[in-house]
Amino acid sequence: MKGTNYLTETRGLKSWLFTLDHKRIGVMYFWSIMTAFFLGGVFAMLVRIELLTPGRTIMSAEAYNRMFTLHGAVMVFLVLIPSIAATLGNFVLPLMLGAKDVAFPRLNLASYWVYVTGALFALYSMLAGGIDTGWTFYTPYSTSTGGAVTAMVLAAFILGFSTIFTGINFIATIHKLRAPGLTWFKMPLFVWGMYATSIIQVLATPILGITLILLLMERLFQIGIFDARLGGDPLLFQHFFWFYSHPVVYIMILPGMAIMSEVIPVFSRKTIFGYKAIAFSSIAIAVVGFFVWGHHMFVSGQSPLAGAIFSFLTFLVAIPSAVKVFNWLATMYKGSISLEAPMLYAISFLLLFAIGGLTGLFLGSIATDVHLHDTYFVVAHFHFVMFGGTVIAFLAGIHYWWPKMFGRMYSEKWARVSAVLVFVGFNLTFIPQFIMGSRGMPRRYYNYLPQFQPMHVASTIGSWVLGLGFLIMAGYLFASLRKPYDAPANPWGGATLEWETASPPITHNFETTPAISHGPYDYAALRSDA
Amino acid sequence: MSRTAGEPFLQHHFATPEQQFEAGKIGMWLFLVTEILLFGGLFVGYGLMRSRNPAAFSEAHHHLDRILGLLNTVVLLVSSFTMVMAVHAARTDRRKRLIAFLALTLVFAGVFLGIKYIEYSHKFHEGLLPGKFYSHKGDTVPGQFQFFSFYFMMTGLHGIHILGGMGAILWVLRRSVQGHFSSRYYTPVDLVGLYWHLVDLIWIYLFPLLYLIR
Repeated sequence: MKGTNYLTETRGLKSWLFTLDHKRIGVMYFWSIMTAFFLGGVFAMLVRIELLTPGRTIMSAEAYNRMFTLHGAVMVFLVLIPSIAATLGNFVLPLMLGAKDVAFPRLNLASYWVYVTGALFALYSMLAGGIDTGWTFYTPYSTSTGGAVTAMVLAAFILGFSTIFTGINFIATIHKLRAPGLTWFKMPLFVWGMYATSIIQVLATPILGITLILLLMERLFQIGIFDARLGGDPLLFQHFFWFYSHPVVYIMILPGMAIMSEVIPVFSRKTIFGYKAIAFSSIAIAVVGFFVWGHHMFVSGQSPLAGAIFSFLTFLVAIPSAVKVFNWLATMYKGSISLEAPMLYAISFLLLFAIGGLTGLFLGSIATDVHLHDTYFVVAHFHFVMFGGTVIAFLAGIHYWWPKMFGRMYSEKWARVSAVLVFVGFNLTFIPQFIMGSRGMPRRYYNYLPQFQPMHVASTIGSWVLGLGFLIMAGYLFASLRKPYDAPANPWGGATLEWETASPPITHNFETTPAISHGPYDYAALRSDA
Repeated sequence: MSRTAGEPFLQHHFATPEQQFEAGKIGMWLFLVTEILLFGGLFVGYGLMRSRNPAAFSEAHHHLDRILGLLNTVVLLVSSFTMVMAVHAARTDRRKRLIAFLALTLVFAGVFLGIKYIEYSHKFHEGLLPGKFYSHKGDTVPGQFQFFSFYFMMTGLHGIHILGGMGAILWVLRRSVQGHFSSRYYTPVDLVGLYWHLVDLIWIYLFPLLYLIR
């Protein structure tokens, strides 16, 4: 790696802050989101410590309400929604297409700055007293409670624009900037996943935008839309909110699935099983995901018929999700599996996502949901999907593309230690929550019955193991950045285009526009090339 | 780089001007979809609240001036026509016509806002305002503040879009004067045109919903 690359081509802070290079924007997003992730993680640790004992442990009930709200709001709006698409997607997608950049580089930079602006609003809200509404901002509580609700709602509104910009950019890029010969069904499945994600980003996020505006209007001017005292309808808020916020779950998980479809075949040394089924299942999830929002509202008083229809449609989502999981398993079957860090995370994903998905069925069927609604069972379920799914997949992706992004190999030994710690810590944190939830421990409560204490203690200890895992990860990743460039162009033997250019890539990605000589998972062709 | 020598507006990551133009079109159409969804929330809210409170909504709409509403509809429709003519002029390399039609569109947009200003000041004067600011006296049907909440939110958001559109038109007008556009490259004119038609289209729905339906 003698010549210049995108990291060294130009120097100075300005060359980063005003860059139009999708790779640099991806890297800036990466560090920003990691900062938010650290902050959200600290909030989570504090929540867990508070729950070590019934009643007060370290903070008041008001502080506790703010703490779990901030954990949720930061993790959802600042971390999970942009996470994979804005960082790895931004970095890898154009490379995979053999393109020089995304379709609208300036819009891409704008998306980053809009993200930063939104983050600043969120930060202001935290410093100005925080909020205690929960991340869902349910009315009429959110229109009447104190605290810096307005700033946090504005933050979420602004962050929505950064999501929309990314979505528009990716769709136009995938349609128009594929290298000659890279037809739709020769695209890596990561790109298909990003395409499905972008569709949801573009179609769902505006609904959040108008919902939050209406919420603010109600809070500031009492316009009479969500508050029953003014002739409004609180259920309308819930419908609006979940019409966005259920699809947003797929904005979070589809990119995770997209990473799985890259990592699993590479580390199984086998071509992907069921390419088209995986590609179309992403689109199917995106489409069906728009019609299931009512399953968040089974006990809200919506009509029983609506409940039954939403329940049925919710079960329907399980089909494309299962199609993916079975195809990944079939890819691994009789493959030559090697257990480097990305693959360890991929296997964690399969186990945790399966549990997350299957426990979702308990919540999707009306009768059991009435019992489990608003208990720790729900908390454990969505953490298995959002952490066990999205974050674990994000970690798989970070470890998989780290050599490409930064040109250095990290310590494989420590990466494996950390992967195991994260897996163990996560399960220790959330499996007890399934148990106490099914026994009636309500979510978001400050106090609890003494019989739940052993499980709360186990859960809190789990959060420490998890924290240790992340600490070690930060250690070896930062350590790798201090080394000279030592990553080969293709350390894992991947067959997608991003591995054909140097690590790290040059500013224009490829010396010449790459020719498509083999499929994205055609490892046999790769061997004969070499 | 001889291939791109004659194409000063071709960005480095596109191979041909056609590719760049089509990518821009996709991006604009997607943006318009998000705009429709954004207004969609207001339309749904309006529909629901109207069905809950039909008497108040019907009573309240009599306070709006249909003549001014109709006038504004005509103004916007004409401005859409001048926009089409501007795009056509760009496509056929007629720079003076392009500049003239863009300027005309800008004028009509200004007229629209002027009429809107007259309407708004009338409402302010009568206390026909959204939410807690509503102070109109002598209502026989309660709850009319809700109608004016929606009236101001819908026309207000639309008005912001008109302002944004005027900014965009001003920008392409400036570039037209500088001679940036020709039949080889007129993407910004085309995209601003698309946006302007959407703003017009939304008004076509706002006018009957707010002014006409009983």
